[in-house]
Amino acid sequence: MARDKKRRNSGRRSPLAAAVLIGVGLLLTGGVYAGASAAMAATNDTSTQHSSNLTAEDGKKLFQANCSTCHGLDLQGTENGPSLYGVGELAVEFQVSTGRMPLAAQGPQAQIKPAQFTEDQVRAMAAYVQSMAPGPTYPSAETVDGKGDVANGAELFRINCAMCHNVAGAGGALTEGKYAPALNQTSALHMYAAMVTGPQNMPVFSNTNLNLSEKRDIISYLLYLQQNKSPGGYGLGDLGPVSEGLFIWIFGIGTLIAVTVWITAKSN
Amino acid sequence: MAHEDDPLEHERASWQPSPGLAVAVTDPVQHDSLPPHRERMTDKDPAAMKRAVRTVYTLFYLSVAASIWAVAAYILFPIESGSLTDIRHNELFVGLGIAAALLAIGVGAIHWSKAVMSDKEFIEPRHATRGRDTTRDAAIQAFAEANEESGFGRRAMIRNSMIAAVVASIVPGITLFRGLAPEGSPADPHAGDPVYLLSHTMWKKGTRLVHDPTGAPIKAADIEIGSAVHVIPEGLMPDEVSNYLDEKAKAIVLLVRMPVDQLHPPKGKESWGYDGIVAFSKVCTHVGCPVALYEQQTHHLLCPCHQSQFDVSHGAEVLFGPAARPLPQLPIEVDAEGYLVAQSDFHEPVGPSFWERH
Repeated sequence: MARDKKRRNSGRRSPLAAAVLIGVGLLLTGGVYAGASAAMAATNDTSTQHSSNLTAEDGKKLFQANCSTCHGLDLQGTENGPSLYGVGELAVEFQVSTGRMPLAAQGPQAQIKPAQFTEDQVRAMAAYVQSMAPGPTYPSAETVDGKGDVANGAELFRINCAMCHNVAGAGGALTEGKYAPALNQTSALHMYAAMVTGPQNMPVFSNTNLNLSEKRDIISYLLYLQQNKSPGGYGLGDLGPVSEGLFIWIFGIGTLIAVTVWITAKSN
Repeated sequence: MAHEDDPLEHERASWQPSPGLAVAVTDPVQHDSLPPHRERMTDKDPAAMKRAVRTVYTLFYLSVAASIWAVAAYILFPIESGSLTDIRHNELFVGLGIAAALLAIGVGAIHWSKAVMSDKEFIEPRHATRGRDTTRDAAIQAFAEANEESGFGRRAMIRNSMIAAVVASIVPGITLFRGLAPEGSPADPHAGDPVYLLSHTMWKKGTRLVHDPTGAPIKAADIEIGSAVHVIPEGLMPDEVSNYLDEKAKAIVLLVRMPVDQLHPPKGKESWGYDGIVAFSKVCTHVGCPVALYEQQTHHLLCPCHQSQFDVSHGAEVLFGPAARPLPQLPIEVDAEGYLVAQSDFHEPVGPSFWERH
């Protein structure tokens, strides 16, 4: 009661009170959501158990149980999925380890999701696919060690990759719902695998197009981006004029309008 | 207040309605007086006034403190190490100090004027625009006298020659603009011909296709199905070509390979590719952005600037977006050593439209 009375006596409430209240509410909601989703992500982190080494024979069984509905019992493909002749073990590694396969639903593009198989199971299926019809193989440790020429890698990335993946590796939109994914979480092995296998609509960058040392440089550049904070401060997703323009239009011009309203409003 | 004596007193007698711009007003303003004055908190409550005064001078002292902080930050965060982190800290904290100092002055001044200074409304009559008749007559008289004494109207020869001299003095400045347009020379006969320059690139019969930026030639057998290769003509290197960037901007090419049964070249261009390998200009026909977002399964090529889409499997015809024409195709073949070479230059100008494009 006492507080109510006091407020009525003072008889004024800042016109900004509503805006501040909404701002505080949004911040709280956002904060709680961010915390909750981080907690969810932490609990979803699957720890890969290392069981006994599986063979290509086990891989065949896993393949027939999990993949053959769409890709056929002999990798020949069906109406629902392409043939896997010649895609190689690295395509299996890329598609299955990143959770893109098995596909959750037909759509413009396979989505990244938590992996459905352990590393050993992936390797077993990869060995089976490789034994049926060979294709790109696992790279040497040196190719993915991230110790190449970062500057040369950056130039090659700008010429060959940046038009889709964004110069900072933040990804970008393609046609009809497809998109080039962000590369800020991608492992060196999967960068290499994507280049040589050309998953989905990504073009193939074979070793005759970009040789192993050039691939090593590109991987080094991307790992450098992942490991070093941008010196320019918060990057707003590194998406360039879209996010930066939106920010300046909403917050920059919004602030200017708010200040103008305050300057011209009569004092209470 | 300072409006008791009327500064326009001597002019009021000659005020008349403007003769030519009269508008019949059917709905004149009814209440031409001021709305009743509303008292502010600071007018009614001495304590509120005291608070407002305190806020204003606190803001000004805050500004002083922020200025001192900016100087201190310059000393506390040296940039001599040259590391990006140090430079960022220096700029950030010096900038925050300067921004806070200026902002506090502005906010304080406005709060002062709004809350503390008098806000009594008053009407300030508009100054008459028309001068008094005597003033106007005196001005006309002055002009007539000046004309008479200088002979400006009488001595036409002097007057006209002076006007000619002033006009002529501008011409040299306009002439200098000619320097902006290059001219052809025996060594470079087409330098002054933009239509020729826009219609021809470095590609000619037998020019090898090489990787951008290494310059390594490309064997047809090395291009895997689904590949996209970024290509420049052989010899297009920064040190070898004088106008390197101009030439590169025109000659860049995207080379792709797809299964032969998926390739449907337009009529007359069936022999412009080689075994599923086709090469197209990378310069968008809309406004010239580099088009290189290639989807290897749909064979769509997307321009990132305005979302024009081209179908590479059908001669890069336009599927969507503002581009008006397909991307020009570079006819290619394979030389005796198995390397990809151009059959000729592009058969049409690359890039966006221009007036003389036919």
